[in-house]
Amino acid sequence: MKVALRINGTLREAEVEPRKTLLDTLRENFHLTGAHAGCEHGVCGACTVLVDGAPMRSCLMFAVQADGYEITTIEGLAPAPGELSVLQDAFCETHGLQCGFCTPGMILSSHALLEREGSPSRQEIVEAISGNICRCTGYGQIIEAVEFAAERLRKANAPRGSALPHVGAPGTEPSAQDDAAIEHGILEAATAHDGGPK
Amino acid sequence: MNASTISTIGAPVRRKEDHRFITGKGRYTDDMNRPGQTQAYFLRSPHAHARIRAIDTTAAAAMPGVVAILTGADLAADGVGDLICGWMIHSVDGTPMRMGSHPALAKDTVRYVGDHVAVVIAETLNAAKDAAAAVEVDYDVLPAVAETGRAQAPDAPQLHEVAPGNTVFSWELGDKAATDAAFSGAAHVIPLDLVNNRLAPNPIEPRAAIGEYDSGDDAFTLWTTSQNPHLARLVLSAFVGIAPENKLRVIAPDVGGGFGSKIFIYAEETVCVWAAKRVGRPVKWTSDRSEAFLSDAHGRDHITHAELALDAHGKILGFRVKTTANMGAYLSTFASSIPTYLYATLLSGQYDIPAIHCHVDAVYTNTAPVDAYRGAGRPEATFLVERIVEIAARTLKMDGAAFRRRNFITSFPHQTPVIMAYDAGDYGASLDKALMLSDYAGFPARKAEAAARGKLRGIGLSNYIEACGIAPSAAVGSLGAGVGLWESAEVRVNPTGNVEVLTGSHSHGQGHETTFAQLVSSRLGIPMEQVSIVHGDTDKVQFGMGTYGSRSGAVGMSAIVKALDKVEAKAKKIAAYMLEASEGDIEFKDGRFTVAGTDRGLAFAEVALNAYVAHKFPTSEIEPGLKEGAFYDPTNFTFPAGCHVCELEVDPDTGVTEIVNFVAVDDFGVVINPMIVEGQVHGGIAQGVGQALLEGVHYDGDGQLVTGSFMDYTMPRAGNLPSFRIGLTETRCPSNPLGIKGCGEAGAIAAPPAVINALTSALGTEDVPMPATPAKVWQIIQAQRAVAQAAE
Repeated sequence: MKVALRINGTLREAEVEPRKTLLDTLRENFHLTGAHAGCEHGVCGACTVLVDGAPMRSCLMFAVQADGYEITTIEGLAPAPGELSVLQDAFCETHGLQCGFCTPGMILSSHALLEREGSPSRQEIVEAISGNICRCTGYGQIIEAVEFAAERLRKANAPRGSALPHVGAPGTEPSAQDDAAIEHGILEAATAHDGGPK
Repeated sequence: MNASTISTIGAPVRRKEDHRFITGKGRYTDDMNRPGQTQAYFLRSPHAHARIRAIDTTAAAAMPGVVAILTGADLAADGVGDLICGWMIHSVDGTPMRMGSHPALAKDTVRYVGDHVAVVIAETLNAAKDAAAAVEVDYDVLPAVAETGRAQAPDAPQLHEVAPGNTVFSWELGDKAATDAAFSGAAHVIPLDLVNNRLAPNPIEPRAAIGEYDSGDDAFTLWTTSQNPHLARLVLSAFVGIAPENKLRVIAPDVGGGFGSKIFIYAEETVCVWAAKRVGRPVKWTSDRSEAFLSDAHGRDHITHAELALDAHGKILGFRVKTTANMGAYLSTFASSIPTYLYATLLSGQYDIPAIHCHVDAVYTNTAPVDAYRGAGRPEATFLVERIVEIAARTLKMDGAAFRRRNFITSFPHQTPVIMAYDAGDYGASLDKALMLSDYAGFPARKAEAAARGKLRGIGLSNYIEACGIAPSAAVGSLGAGVGLWESAEVRVNPTGNVEVLTGSHSHGQGHETTFAQLVSSRLGIPMEQVSIVHGDTDKVQFGMGTYGSRSGAVGMSAIVKALDKVEAKAKKIAAYMLEASEGDIEFKDGRFTVAGTDRGLAFAEVALNAYVAHKFPTSEIEPGLKEGAFYDPTNFTFPAGCHVCELEVDPDTGVTEIVNFVAVDDFGVVINPMIVEGQVHGGIAQGVGQALLEGVHYDGDGQLVTGSFMDYTMPRAGNLPSFRIGLTETRCPSNPLGIKGCGEAGAIAAPPAVINALTSALGTEDVPMPATPAKVWQIIQAQRAVAQAAE
């Protein structure tokens, strides 16, 4: 049957079997392969996408159920081609990823947290990513990335939502001020880790 | 520091590969599709042990979308050989190990739940699955044995005719007479019975494969989730007989974690590449998580009885070990080396033990094959050594740290009684630093404070050693390895001065694109962004042995150093002609060739360009171009070592264990990128904590896998783990040019005994099994309470 999905701000249509998951539809029909199948039973979180801003397991949702919702995938998170969101940049900064397979889901879960909470506690971050299994990192550097991103977003002194792209509406942001924040973060990398672990 | 900077060794450089992963542009095997591709689905055995009387595919083959249904008979008809185990172990009596036939699709018997019965190839995966359900298999179900300790029982069902008593080999290492003599003079003998629990590696990317056949060139291509694509090609070519090596290209693109489980050559990729010619179209298979639990090689699964002999003052005199290692239903690619040369050779730990004897029986059971999983043999050795050492200290009423210190090896090189010659280390330094970082001295006060809150608090040490960077080819050859364990590298300098490095190492999360580029950047004085690392394609990289055993730094990067030496030597010759100076006067530093004592010089890129235009030097003497290759064979294993300290609290009412502090102090030799090393340590500890507290593969008595999903097999999540405190000490490794020891496995090796030593300290009993789940801990506490009440 025909579905119309608003994916990363663009309305896209596809003809799918009713039993086709949102995950398979994103990967096969729209060639958005950033969402990954890690367990197909809704437990690992590698397939996480945002549905109207909330993290959802795209392996447990049929494409037809997503009809009419705003879908955000990892491909839609960067503010512009060649740029990174503050959170994406923070994952690089703190080494919040290794093999990269769980990473899109991990970033989207964290993104949803930062959208609703500007100063999350460690426990809140842990809870936000507790549905995403990472086998590589031991989570410490992921938690550090989210804390770091939250701190930079606060320091940027910009209203939240302008530094992070709006769910479903990427490509219109950010301002020059946000670019400065990103560049600042990159330059900080050399000093951020000179003492080894924090 | 970013990629446009010239890097140095030891700098926490951001990873070059990250950009594609955080933007969803990673290219994993399942992300790829080939024109005309078909989908494969494997029909797997629902029984742990059965004879196949007949397979009827008639109805299934007629279903919509089905392209072909192939069985073991088709494999045999095409002369496709068995999967192999590439490490020969000889039993004590001199006989070679008993390798049961391991066809990629079962011939007449299935030996574990998940064993491959047939492959259905169809237009879509759903069509393949539907058809698989219609294949009729007539099984004669046989009794099964899944338990390690039951495999050799006289009445146990037999898996392979060639292996009576289900015994693969009965092997020993060390001097039995000397060990017996040490025990006869001992003041104390500490006995210990241990189980090292079976684990599922569970990289989050499931295995996948696409086989493709080009009838024009009579050549195959296999995309697969491999840690070592060249080895996959070698095995599929030389042993399985799919195609000659020059007609088989193996590509391992981005790989989403491996932890050992993607070293091996499995049935599925073998079938995909073979079937691609059969059906004349590409054949793709992607594992789902259920299949991964059933058919990825598992890790660990040992049962051990050991005894430690001590003198009256707590000095270790001898160590005696008897282990039964479960190999599963078939011998996986390197299975036989894990409980032997990667296990018994580490039984000396960090300690000066005059006599060691180890006997290992490897057994077949009706379970998934067992092979290398992060640490591979060394976690089993370290768990045993660090548990028995801790128990010995407790038995003698000595402090665990003091007991260890009394027995430390303190001079190097040190020859152990079990093959290994440790080249460098300072075990006291890592112990001191770990005790300081963990405030070991303050533990009694914290324990008392916890007791006041009704919590049981414990602290545990783990002084691990591992042998990494495997390894000198002649040495491993003499121990039975079917391959050499060198590494290759090729440094291609382009005319514009940027560089491609082709390496036989393979990154599946380790960050080689960054660390290897750091090495080249620092050595040639060119920015990181001008260095590209190429790996994972047998058509690009000539040969390589892949990534496992923490070998990519120590061995893979050493090969790059060797190639860089050659590049620099040739470039100096060219620079000498360009600068009209004698070659001996040319110096190379910070990316410039200069004439010693003058201000005349050339940038690296200028020399690179001239190497290709070849106008200014005699090509009769110097060949044009600037490209050098090297094969590096290590001179020894490397020996990372360190001390991990775990402190935890148990809630006696719920049995829940909370790790409140975890300190890891590691000596990895020279560190290239401390940020990446920290990540490796964290990830390793997480897997080690997982083994100790959460993870365990369980088969029931009939050989059915009980823990077949993430709902049943507990993976560590963010809330299960504390922040880790990491420290480094450094003794340079003398056995390779960079002084690297390797860091990938330390956490998984060190953490389990640290956690269990802490838990046994908290609970006041040594009998705590892994995984020490809340239910088991609660039962232990309940039993203790019952005994205490009965005594009142």
